[in-house]
Amino acid sequence: MAEKKKPISEMSAIDHNPPAKDWLDPKIDFTARKGAWNYPAVPANAQYVGFPHPRKWSPVDEDWKLPENWKEIILNGLKERLDKYRSFKIFMDICVRCGACADKCHFYIGSGDPKNMPVLRAELLRSIYRNDFTTAGKILGSVAGGRELTVDVIKEWFFYFFQCTECRRCSVFCPYGIDTAEITMMGRELLNLLGLNIDWITTPAANCFRTGNHLGIQPHGFKDSVDFAIDDLKDITGILVDAPVNRKGAEVLFVVPSADYFGDPHYFGFLGYIALFHEVGLDYTFSTYASEGGNFGLFHSAETMKRLNAKIYAEAKRLGVKWILGGECGHMWRVLHQYMDTMNGPADFLEAPVSPITGTKFTNAASTKMVHICEFTADLIKHNKIKLDKSRNNQWKVTFHDSCNPARAMGLLEEPRYVIRNACNYFYEMPENTIREQTFCCGSGSGIGTDENLEMRLRGGMPRANAAKYVHDKYGVNLMACICAIDKATLPPLMEYWEPGVQIGSVHELVGNALVMQGEKPDRTDMRNEPYLTEEPAKTEAEAGKEVKA
Amino acid sequence: MKALYALFTVLALIGLAYLGLSAGWQYLFGIIIPYIAFAAFILGIIYRIFRWAKSPVPFNIPTTCGQQKSLSWIKTNPLEAPHSTWALLGRMFLEIFFFRSLFRNTEMKLKQFPEGPRLVYGSNKWLWMAAMLFHYSFLIVVFRHLRFFIEPVPFFITMAESLDGLMEVGVPVFYMSTIGLLVGVFYLFLRRVIIPQVKYISLAADYFPLFLIFAIGTTGFLMRYTSSRVDIVQVKELAMGMVGLSPVLPEGIGTMFYLHLFLVSLLLIYFPMSKLMHMGGIFLSPTRNMKNNSREVRHVNPWNYPVKTHTYEEYEDEFRDVMREAGLPLDKEE
Repeated sequence: MAEKKKPISEMSAIDHNPPAKDWLDPKIDFTARKGAWNYPAVPANAQYVGFPHPRKWSPVDEDWKLPENWKEIILNGLKERLDKYRSFKIFMDICVRCGACADKCHFYIGSGDPKNMPVLRAELLRSIYRNDFTTAGKILGSVAGGRELTVDVIKEWFFYFFQCTECRRCSVFCPYGIDTAEITMMGRELLNLLGLNIDWITTPAANCFRTGNHLGIQPHGFKDSVDFAIDDLKDITGILVDAPVNRKGAEVLFVVPSADYFGDPHYFGFLGYIALFHEVGLDYTFSTYASEGGNFGLFHSAETMKRLNAKIYAEAKRLGVKWILGGECGHMWRVLHQYMDTMNGPADFLEAPVSPITGTKFTNAASTKMVHICEFTADLIKHNKIKLDKSRNNQWKVTFHDSCNPARAMGLLEEPRYVIRNACNYFYEMPENTIREQTFCCGSGSGIGTDENLEMRLRGGMPRANAAKYVHDKYGVNLMACICAIDKATLPPLMEYWEPGVQIGSVHELVGNALVMQGEKPDRTDMRNEPYLTEEPAKTEAEAGKEVKA
Repeated sequence: MKALYALFTVLALIGLAYLGLSAGWQYLFGIIIPYIAFAAFILGIIYRIFRWAKSPVPFNIPTTCGQQKSLSWIKTNPLEAPHSTWALLGRMFLEIFFFRSLFRNTEMKLKQFPEGPRLVYGSNKWLWMAAMLFHYSFLIVVFRHLRFFIEPVPFFITMAESLDGLMEVGVPVFYMSTIGLLVGVFYLFLRRVIIPQVKYISLAADYFPLFLIFAIGTTGFLMRYTSSRVDIVQVKELAMGMVGLSPVLPEGIGTMFYLHLFLVSLLLIYFPMSKLMHMGGIFLSPTRNMKNNSREVRHVNPWNYPVKTHTYEEYEDEFRDVMREAGLPLDKEE
């Protein structure tokens, strides 16, 4: 399946100077740029979820087998979206091309390709908008920055709208708040109208529609995974925990991204969750039907997002729970925080969330009725409801990677930090321009974390890896904690490439490690089933030097 | 190339006006065009804002740039992730009056260190400073011009003028705002031709308003400080006549004034149909003007429509056998 990896040029060879040639020419050589684009959707899966024009096609072919009236479809689709989204319309109109966003995009930083500057990514679409929807563009054409809509423009969109991870970093810096994620989302919806989808989004979406999760794990498979985790946790701690599935009448429905129970290192965080819930006696249930919090529909279209998200409220209603708790996942929380209630609410059959352990009312989730696991755990720690032995994480020197969506679409910044600081002794922040609202994407979000796209992923993740390198060199950081399933899947190969020696872990893996459980066996191990470090870790030279000076 | 397009367009327009004025079309340039321009400006802006407002805001999508309001003991950042109306107004105030987000600007550099290349980020406030200088100078200049349209001149305009002329350099008084405007606009132009990335993204439509505004500032400057001086009393007579809808064309106002007025008219006409509408757009930008309270208060999407989902019943029908085998509870046994 995977093509031979194209070796990425050395970091210092990245040239940020734009070429002499004008950007208006859309032509892309897909054969030469293998490694920078994603494979098209498998037709059967596109068909299963009812995406238009499913067919076999390839980006390297001259003929993409577009429907005959493709131009009309795009222009009508564009008009429809301008009428439905004020954001889109305003963002098409008011950009002054000041360039403040240019060097904020991880793909531009890592590739030097000027069309990865957020402003130009938007101009790819804006030039068509100007040409066909504005008076100036209709009269003046290219002088007014208009471009004619051609097949090559469609191909260019396919290339660049799947080189944006919808991370919103550019929108933090834009003086008008122009959010390239909104533009990319519209661009992808338009491409979908012509059947131009990528498989890494379509197949998970189809799986999720059918089985409840992206990986296509059927109910018995899910049950097996949970049972497996229960066994593993028993080996680790000596304690047999209960982790109910599809249990009616539980107080809380717990929804996680499917990678949490299937992927590595996600799984260690999953063990952390069920250990924590056992320890505090939370009355909860998993669901096989809602066995996915993540939502690849977000990367496809608003409609697909809504279709995949609907199961969460439906299942909460069927099981008769009071409220919903959500695990560690980035884009999942974009959907839960900013879209779910609007799309599939109101959830008036649920109750405003109250922690049964501390009595804390989560008033910030009063309508959606869904609480982030870091909010839940931070509250437990604050109220001294769990005992955490920080020294049990002494093998880790930890830094925290803010995942794009919790940072820039929720403002969930302090909760995970509070949890980490209470779970381990060694915590170091990466440089300030690379964390919190300015955090850098892993480079593989929004459905483009595929093998065939590896070159682009490594380029896009380079700024993140570079910041991690800084704390690795300076403090000996060896674990980057994060709260996003895509991060956990894609940061390990990224760090392996740019800066070996930094592993990736869940915040709740650290919680699981530090959690002192009643009745645990004396020789219990950490979530990775490694024995705890009994002595202090060796200090780095930098630290030792600091102490001498002090 | 694109800059030249824009430059020639502005020069051609000036040339056209000069020819017209030499042919004695003062009435056209002094009264008719300004009236049309003013109407186009007002109606154009209303039309654009109305067009934007017509498209709904389906989702609550603020870009959060600080800590959300969640647990009571976690310090929130109301101005960067506003939760209340007051906080939201605060955020918008900072964006509109102080260009908050532009102030955040950084500059990325790929630097070579002995141990290898590394990305470094430094603060970069030049664009922010130039933007503040340009916009505020422009605002003060516009404000000062109100003296031509109001009789008697209100004290706050006179006060603003004397503050603006505080440097008291030369006679007549040298206004700082004039210089600020010209310097600001010149910097904004320079960075477009000097910074390679900015040059690459710039369109003719980005250079055109810069040249136009530069020409407006220059004609204004020349008419005030050089031998092209015009009779201010007559200008005011014209302005007051227009305000009273009984315009009279006074004799002998210099050509420079008509050029200035014509260029301003062009700017007014161009404004609503161009990117200059960013002035209005910032007020309506959904990533900035919405509260980060989407989990607490349900946002309603006016075009929310039902979609086809895969219901639990369908799901159980498909997987009943394996579910039963795995010991999972079922809603229907058959």
